[in-house]
This record gives sequence, structure tokens and C-alpha cells, in this order.
Amino acid sequence: MSRLRARGRRRASRIHPALYLFPLPALVLYVVFFAVPTLQAVQYSVTDWDGFSPDFANVGIANFRDALTDDDLFRNAATNNLKFMLVVVVLQTAFALLLALLLARNSRGGILLRALFFFPTILSSVSVAFIWKFVYDPNFGLGNRFLGAVGLDGLQSSYLGDDAAAIYWVALSQVWFHVGQMMVLFIAGLQAVPRELYEASAIDGAGRWAQFRHITWPMIAPATTIVVAYTTIQSFRAFDLILGLGGNPPRPSLDILSTRIYATFVNSEYGYAAAESLLFMLLIAAITVAQRQLLGLTRGSV
Amino acid sequence: MRYQLGRRAVLAVWAALIVVPLTVVVFGTFKTTAELFESPFSPPGSLTLGNYRAVLDGALGTAFVNSVLVTLASVALTLLLASLAAYACARIPGWVGWVVFGFLVLGMSVPAQANMVPQYVLFDSLGLLDSRLGLVLINVVVTLPVAVFILGGFMRTLPRDLYEASAIDGAGPWRTYRSIVMPLAMPSVAATAIFLFVIHWNELLYPLLFISSPEKRTIPLALLSFQGEYLTDYPLLFSGVVVASAPIVLVYVLLQRHFVAGMTAGAVKG
Repeated sequence: MSRLRARGRRRASRIHPALYLFPLPALVLYVVFFAVPTLQAVQYSVTDWDGFSPDFANVGIANFRDALTDDDLFRNAATNNLKFMLVVVVLQTAFALLLALLLARNSRGGILLRALFFFPTILSSVSVAFIWKFVYDPNFGLGNRFLGAVGLDGLQSSYLGDDAAAIYWVALSQVWFHVGQMMVLFIAGLQAVPRELYEASAIDGAGRWAQFRHITWPMIAPATTIVVAYTTIQSFRAFDLILGLGGNPPRPSLDILSTRIYATFVNSEYGYAAAESLLFMLLIAAITVAQRQLLGLTRGSV
Repeated sequence: MRYQLGRRAVLAVWAALIVVPLTVVVFGTFKTTAELFESPFSPPGSLTLGNYRAVLDGALGTAFVNSVLVTLASVALTLLLASLAAYACARIPGWVGWVVFGFLVLGMSVPAQANMVPQYVLFDSLGLLDSRLGLVLINVVVTLPVAVFILGGFMRTLPRDLYEASAIDGAGPWRTYRSIVMPLAMPSVAATAIFLFVIHWNELLYPLLFISSPEKRTIPLALLSFQGEYLTDYPLLFSGVVVASAPIVLVYVLLQRHFVAGMTAGAVKG
């Protein structure tokens, strides 16, 4: 009996060869349409190919040098992108944490509010852009109307029409768009904190702030790391929102890296667009690594 | 007491920030531009469907059908390929499974702009530009990494004994996948499906790159092209927003819990 079972077990733990075929469809598509094109981008980036001409020249690192030193449009987009990222990361993380702290306990009203705050995340970015276009409309928009109603006429603004501030207004709509998603991540982190810690500290006479400072904050460090990393990546993917609010192609005051690369590509500068996109990728990678260092990524949190 | 008061105030302000604009949008779809500018907050005087008729008869009607077809095909195909790969990678012993899994998942860290130029050239040479099939294909390829990642996390939690038992009962890998693994993986498959549904339904970049004929546009692309055509006809834009969001909002209201699970599954391990 046991010999039979041992034999069965041996046979069972052998892998059926057909199993090796299972990842093949995914692998083939992924290699042909994703991995190879990613490598080809490197190849394109050192050429001046316009997408049509059969012959094009190898220009070495000229594209990269131009993007970094000569190209005001690219530099403008990078600056805008960094401003946008900083504002979005700081505000979105802060508001998401605040809302999560207020809604971490499971009350019925709280669950309803969580669902409401999460809701904008599922909308398409173009829809969100149209909603905010109306809020920001200088003549008829909800923003100025509200300020007028509460007697703050002095704060009324032309919003996206104000070149210096436009990118920050888009940053606010981005926060509105995704803060609920980040709130949910924080709530998951908060609910994992053992209750006993709070009870014990309350006995020791710790106040609300002391509890937050010494228990909550350290315990949700992994969630914070995830939220900051996720929010950063999202701020580089704001492409749709920018096109919706800033036009296609967007005005220079609203141009970010993703829209700049797209515009270069549409302009048939294939080689140059590829070089820009590699710089884009390097920048994201560098920021991600820097964040991991700064936030002291806790092992196993991502 | 002061804390409770502050808490309520913050939550009320935030709720208003979401409810007020959305209400204005929905009310606005029943108004004329003049009415909307006159009194954006007031309920509509009549429930005329003129704006909806205008957007549905125009670009958005066709786009809606295209979006449904492309989204359903993309979600189904991504789930099939990703679940097969994730299952096999969890099951194949030693380094092979891990290497294949790691290689597939690596794509998550590549931003769309990084490879779009060669992808465009490749799709062009294969005659897949300006076709719904091409959109499905690029959707699948781009979301495979994250789908494999989420499903792989679940597949690794299935106990080895399960596979052994099914092998002893004479089930091959396909049978095991179909009758044992997939039914057990249903919660994580459902979460992934919703996650993919939101991404594919809202996808803008690839339609923008690949589609040139107006009759092949998907909803986000048709919506974006509104912006140029009806510069400040907000009632029409708002009707577009409502039509574009209707299917996703409907599913959200029905499956709220799964939505949250789906949209955060990619961010948290396992």
C-alpha cells in the first residue's frame, strides 16, 4: 500500500512536459511585441531616422546630447514634470493618509465614504479632464463661482490660462483623481496595526499625537513607501489628463515628458523620440531608486 | 469632541469636492449651455435627452461599440494568457519557473513611451495599425506583466499537495488548470479582471497612436476629439463623460468591494 503511494507520489511530483507549453503564448507575444521593441528603442535612439526614409545615419550619442543640452522644449517638459511630480506626491500622500486615518475604522458611514472617495479613480482621465475643465473655466467655472460666493473674489484666477500656475492646477486635479486609491492602500496598512499597541500606550498616558508619532507612523512605513512609489509613477503617466486639459499637443506650460515624447514622435522624429524615451525611463528608474534609499524600503513591502 | 468635529468637517469637505462636480456634470447633461452657465447647481428643468442623442448619434455611438468589443476581447485574452503563464511558473520547479516569471513581470517597470516607437513600426509592418485587432493585441501585451504578477502571487499560495492529488487522479496539466486551479483562483481572477477592465476601457495612448479612421475610435479617443470640435459646449462634453463612464460605474456599484481589491492588488504584494 505504502509502496504504491510512494510510487504515485514520485510520479505526481514529476512535471508533465506539457506544462512547459503553458507560458509560451504569453512569452511569444511578450518577446515579439514588447521585449524586442524595448531593445529596438535603444537601436533607434542613436540614429536620425524619420520613420520613412530607407536610409538613415548613425548619429551616436548626438540625440541624447541634444535633449540634455540644446532642446528647450525637452528641458521645459522635464521641469514641468518634476514640479508636477513633487506637488502630486506630497499632496496626494498627505491627503490620502489624512483620509485613511479618519476612515480606518469600519463604520457603515465610513465604508460608504471610502467608496465615494475611491470613485474618481475608475473614471477615464479624459472624463476627469472635462470635469476639471469646467471647474477651471475662468468665466463660468465652479472654482471662481465658489470663490465669488464666499466673498473671496480676490483669489479668483484664470487657472489653466495662467502659464506660471497651470501645471499646479493640473496637479490638483490629479490628486482629486487618485487620492482615493492611495487612501485605500493606507487603510489596509492601518488595519494591520495591532490594537493592543494603542491600548498599551493609552495606559501609559500617550495622547493622540504621541500614538501617531510612535506607533502609527512607524507601522505604516511600508504602506507609505508603496503609496509614494505608486504616486510617482502615476505622475509620469498623467499623459491623458494633460492632453485633456492642455490640448493635443499641450501648450508649453502644460507639456510634460510623456506628452513631449509623443509630440516628437508624431513629428516623425523617430530616432530622437526614442532617445528621449530612454532618458525618460532612466529618470523614472533613478527617482525610484532614490526614493527607496530615502524611505528605507522595508523588506518585503513591495 | 473637538477631534470629532474636525473629523466630520474634513470628511464633509472632501465628500463635497467629489459630489458637487459630479452632480453638476450629470445635471448639466440635461441643460443647454446657457442654462448650465446660468445656474450650474440647480436641478435640470426637464429631462430632455437631446444631448445624449447628439453624442450617441455622433462619434460616441460607434466608439461605444468599439470600446465594448476591444475591452472584452482584451480582458479575456490577457486573463487567459496570464493565468496560463502564472500557473505554469508557480508549478515548474527550480529556477526555470522563477526566471520566466521574473522576465514577464519585468515589463511592469517599462513606461509605455519607452517602446512605443518600435511598437508602432512593428504594428505598421504587420498591417495591424488602424484595426481593432491591433488594439486588442497591444492591450494584451502591455497588461500581461501586471496580470502575471497579480495572478502569480495567488498561484504560489496553492499547496503542492493539490497538484500531486490531481496528478494521482490522472489529470494532465490542462485538466488541472481548468478544473482545479482556475476555480480556486476565482477571487484573484475576478480582481484582476476588474483591474484590466478599468485599464482597457480607459486606455487612450494606443488608440491615439494606432487608430486613424473615425469609425474605429474607442471611447476615450472619441471623447478627446470632442475637445477640439465642441470647445465649450459643456453639456455635450458632459453627456460624453456620462456615456463613457456608465458601464464602469454600473459595475462599480454592483461589485464595489472587488473593485477596490482589483485596483490595489497590483500595488500590494500577494
